[in-house]
Amino acid sequence: MNAAILVQAAGEFTRTSGGEAATFWVLAPVAVLAALGMVLARSAVHGALLLVVNLFCLAVFYLLQDAPFLGFVQIIVYTGAIMVLFLFVLMLVGVDSADSLVETLRGQRMAAIVLGAGFAGLLVFPIGGVISGTKAAGLAAANNGGNIQAIARLLFTDYVFAFEIVSALLIIAAVGAMILAHRERAGGKITQKEMLRRRFAAGGPVTPVPGPGVYARPQAADVTPALPPASDDPGHPGDSGDSAGGDADSPHPVGAGKGAAR
Amino acid sequence: MSYPSSFGAPAVPPLAAAGDPDLSVFGGDPLWLILLKAVAVFAFLLLMTLFAIVFERKVVARMQQRVGPNRHGPKGWLQSLADGVKLMLKEDIIPVLADRPVFILAPVVSAIPAFLAFSVIPFGPEVSIFGHHTALQLADLPVAVLFVLSASSLGVYGLILSGWASGSTYPLLGSLRSAAQIISYEVAMGLSFVAVFLNSGTLSTSGIVAGQRHWWNVVLVPSFIIYCIAMVGETNRTPFDLPEAEGELVGGFHTEYSSIKFAFFFLAEYINTVTVSAVATTLFLGGWQPPPIPYFSHFDTGWFPVIWFVLKLLAFLFLFIWLRGTLPRLRYDQFMAFGWKVLIPVGLVWLLAVATFKVYRENVTDRTPWLIGFGIAVGILLIITLVDPGARKHAERLEAAERERTRNAPSLDRIPWPPPQPSSKSPSPPYGPGPNRPSSVIVAGGPRQES
Repeated sequence: MNAAILVQAAGEFTRTSGGEAATFWVLAPVAVLAALGMVLARSAVHGALLLVVNLFCLAVFYLLQDAPFLGFVQIIVYTGAIMVLFLFVLMLVGVDSADSLVETLRGQRMAAIVLGAGFAGLLVFPIGGVISGTKAAGLAAANNGGNIQAIARLLFTDYVFAFEIVSALLIIAAVGAMILAHRERAGGKITQKEMLRRRFAAGGPVTPVPGPGVYARPQAADVTPALPPASDDPGHPGDSGDSAGGDADSPHPVGAGKGAAR
Repeated sequence: MSYPSSFGAPAVPPLAAAGDPDLSVFGGDPLWLILLKAVAVFAFLLLMTLFAIVFERKVVARMQQRVGPNRHGPKGWLQSLADGVKLMLKEDIIPVLADRPVFILAPVVSAIPAFLAFSVIPFGPEVSIFGHHTALQLADLPVAVLFVLSASSLGVYGLILSGWASGSTYPLLGSLRSAAQIISYEVAMGLSFVAVFLNSGTLSTSGIVAGQRHWWNVVLVPSFIIYCIAMVGETNRTPFDLPEAEGELVGGFHTEYSSIKFAFFFLAEYINTVTVSAVATTLFLGGWQPPPIPYFSHFDTGWFPVIWFVLKLLAFLFLFIWLRGTLPRLRYDQFMAFGWKVLIPVGLVWLLAVATFKVYRENVTDRTPWLIGFGIAVGILLIITLVDPGARKHAERLEAAERERTRNAPSLDRIPWPPPQPSSKSPSPPYGPGPNRPSSVIVAGGPRQES
């Protein structure tokens, strides 16, 4: 099956012309460069971004080969969901600085280069030799009655069990991840009602505590503004000049609706 | 297992009858006409943005008993133009800690997909432009709605990257929120689309609009409601504007941006609002089809449908503004719980119902036994709901559980907070009496608040 699909894909671009070929030759170098950059980037977030570029180029190639459904699903699922989650995790754990370049395995980089080049050669030359010059077979039949309809028909007739088993596997994985990450609360959760009750019972402030600078009297820069009564600390940082009318040098346009009206 | 063998089966041709919609109208335009349409869509979006900003400020002002902008241009309608010019002339600041390339890339990534998504929205049926017969739509695809979804999922990167690249805390928090929010609400949005696809049998926007000639898809009420909620979450508008909640996060992901980069975010947000409104119009409110009012239904040819389309679009924009003028912002955990525990299950169950109904209508000829069975099931459920056996016992059990929980709730009395200080000077309670005052503030405020 793999060979058949590869033959088909190769046949597609061997008989292309015009815009399709132009798009391919523009995007293929971009995809390769992005893939290389992904491996070579120092910062993890940059690597993830370059992978996004690569996946996007791949989606465009699907579109070029008359598989619009696959192409857009590639963008929505891989680019739009999976890579966003990758970035989410990267940003959440804070891998923002470049990783340390001390190699723990001696000669690891050299071995990686040699093996990678060997694998690429293995992929390119034998398969390229097989598919060069062959024509696409059966694309019209495969897209008979519309690309989406054809995919749907295949998924729900010939491959229905494979499809259902894969989806069951994914659901099991998701539920398993949730169970593993789930943590029972020690003791009960304090509800909002209960929190409010305690706050009133203890006789604390009913309203929110006023922000810094609210009680400022003078507008001079050299006078420390009065602090809210909640804190006695005289040198509270970040507390000066808020009352001195600071919105004037805000970078956001006060008049454009967002800063002023929201 | 190869493709040809799968398709060689004789059962294929009758199934293949339901193919892609006829898209032969598209693709035959001369280059100048395509350029004209593209420029027209671009100009429409820019004009709608300029309009929507002033419209929003004016409507919100009326709702809050104010006047709103009334200085620039006739009755203040050029206010957003003046703001835009001012924005261009401001100083462009890149923070020291920012990641420069990504920081510059983010607003662009945010704005471009917003423009792209509108290219598959049908403005009207076929018209004649300078002697050429063409549809009032830049492009259409067999998977046009997926195109819209993919454009919106690319736009997320703008928000995420801007937050990360700013090298600052609040933008990072805002962008984390926006990533989680948009992914969650995209699921609900996709589910609400699927019911429409099942109903119209196509994913192309022009096909969906053509299928709504007699019945608008708004009859799929749960889908429509889910979409309306999800589109507010997707565009980060009040009451779901958590990524830029300025009470908590200063400005969220765009805190560090200024000048034209900020303008790009601003533009993208309003274009996204217009786009989701246009998608809602196309998928649920019949697109350019005239409203089902006698004497109006004849105006469905030529340029008239553009009027209906724009009117429906404006109605959705007003809905957005109305929501903003009415509802407060949700708390973050409530918002996520609503998306995952309410919207998605409801969407799934509704999808099951729509699919069942469709199969029933197509395959069942003798409907009486099915209808009787359905009626009996509904009747039993109704009686159970009305009589509600065991409701009192359940309520009592709930109350007992609540009391139990209140009694067992973790108490702060034993925790020495604030930590005992070496010096003796204890802060004087500023608000009213009470020796336990400082500890009570902590109880109300924060550290014990789990989740």
